[in-house]
Amino acid sequence: MMRTRLVVALISTLALTACGANSDPLSADTNKGGSSNSPSTITIGSANFAESELLGEIYAQALEAKGVQVKRQFNIGARELYLKALQDGSVDLLPEYNGALLSALAKGGAPEGVSKPDDVLAALKKVLPAGTEVLDQSAAEDKDTLTVTQATASKYNLKSIDDLKPVAGQLSIGAGPEWQERYQGLKGLKSLYGVVFKTFKPLDAGGPLTVNALVKGQIDVGNIFSTDSAISTNKLVVLADPRNLYLAENVLPLIRTQANNPTVSGALNAVSAKLTTENLTTYLAKVQVDKQDTKVVAKAFLTENGLA
Amino acid sequence: MNLSYLLDPAHWDFSDGSIPMLIVSHLWYVLLSLAIGTVVALPIGLWIGHTGRGSFLAINAGNAGRSLPTLGLLMLMVTLLGLGLTPVLIALTVLVIPPVLTSAYAGIRNLDHRVVDAAKGVGMRPWQVLTKVELPMALPVLMSGFRSAALQVVATATVAAAVGLNGLGRLLIDGLAVNDYSRVLAGAIVVAVLAVVLDLILALAQRWVVSPGLSKR
Repeated sequence: MMRTRLVVALISTLALTACGANSDPLSADTNKGGSSNSPSTITIGSANFAESELLGEIYAQALEAKGVQVKRQFNIGARELYLKALQDGSVDLLPEYNGALLSALAKGGAPEGVSKPDDVLAALKKVLPAGTEVLDQSAAEDKDTLTVTQATASKYNLKSIDDLKPVAGQLSIGAGPEWQERYQGLKGLKSLYGVVFKTFKPLDAGGPLTVNALVKGQIDVGNIFSTDSAISTNKLVVLADPRNLYLAENVLPLIRTQANNPTVSGALNAVSAKLTTENLTTYLAKVQVDKQDTKVVAKAFLTENGLA
Repeated sequence: MNLSYLLDPAHWDFSDGSIPMLIVSHLWYVLLSLAIGTVVALPIGLWIGHTGRGSFLAINAGNAGRSLPTLGLLMLMVTLLGLGLTPVLIALTVLVIPPVLTSAYAGIRNLDHRVVDAAKGVGMRPWQVLTKVELPMALPVLMSGFRSAALQVVATATVAAAVGLNGLGRLLIDGLAVNDYSRVLAGAIVVAVLAVVLDLILALAQRWVVSPGLSKR
């Protein structure tokens, strides 16, 4: 699902041509031979969307609070790009999502049936690139959900995806175009829940198009990510997923083994222990809705949780 | 990267989402926006060229229209109007207007003044001068503007798929979404071929509508 966001970002970049020229993480470090020469400094990267950058900044300030020197190399780009940066040593640490990372690394994507947080973590540990490891995963998940408006929920008495089965034939669903063909989209809904929608509208994965169409009633059910503040601002109802169709997407640090030590892992595991979907949503909204500076928001998170 | 998606007969069977159906919906967006854009821009361009008034507006409106990013405009329109065909047509029409308007204006402004004066001299009314002399003689320039508008719209109509509509952009967007580069390649090839074919058809149309006296055939 991260990938789709990035594809959307890529397309917008192609159209607008002006964005993203400020980050060339792969060249930025090469003249210094990467950070592997100075193990005391940890270079933290992030993907090119707000939540990843906020998590990166939280990691950075948590490490600084423990006296670790950090270098910020945020907004690198898509997973394909920043994983390369990690492997060539120009980045040491990245905030990641266990499910999305597993899908990217495992041949043929995440295996069907593996979707609960612990199963995903166990499967992920088997496919990590050499020289990298993951630390403790947090309870915070930015995962796929099926979401409806309050009106739709009360009209059809919807609480979980199971409740959709008898009425889905009258409803339309909007999601990223990949949903048409992936198991964790329409296929899994059909085989796991027996839910078949009347129409599928290919929009963006949990982006503004889907939210907008859902709120305006142009679709009945939307694929929205669990940390999206649009859920609370528009009083949307997230349908429960009792059969675990959607892959867990717990936030966790991905780090180069060389850069890891007890101080670093201690600081990062303390962050993961405090992160929840609720507080991540709240703090992300401060960045995306209230337009506060990422550094200020990260600082507030750490102070409130006694980590800095 | 290979041609398997393009060559697979299952993708050419006229079912929903097959390549022929996507071509049909793609052409529908193209024709609608070309028609709307021409209806809006042609009279204005002709009037400006005929009267010589408002050429400042023509040139600057043209340039401003060209510099608007279509995808950005489309997203803005979808935010304002919701999903559907209207926002797509607005975004594409904005692409059609500048070349048609400026070519209509330029085609008439650059005519030999002696011809226009001669037409007035033999007693033609302004309307007759416009329709019997200026418009026919400006047609080659006008058609080239229309052809460049058509090319641009054929290529850009792929954005319709970004907001849930069909068109050949479906192959690009869906292909990227599921890492199926063979499908993306199929979309790119079909769009390119469509653009060339449409331009050839318009080139033939141009030969047919332009007076033999002008094309010296």
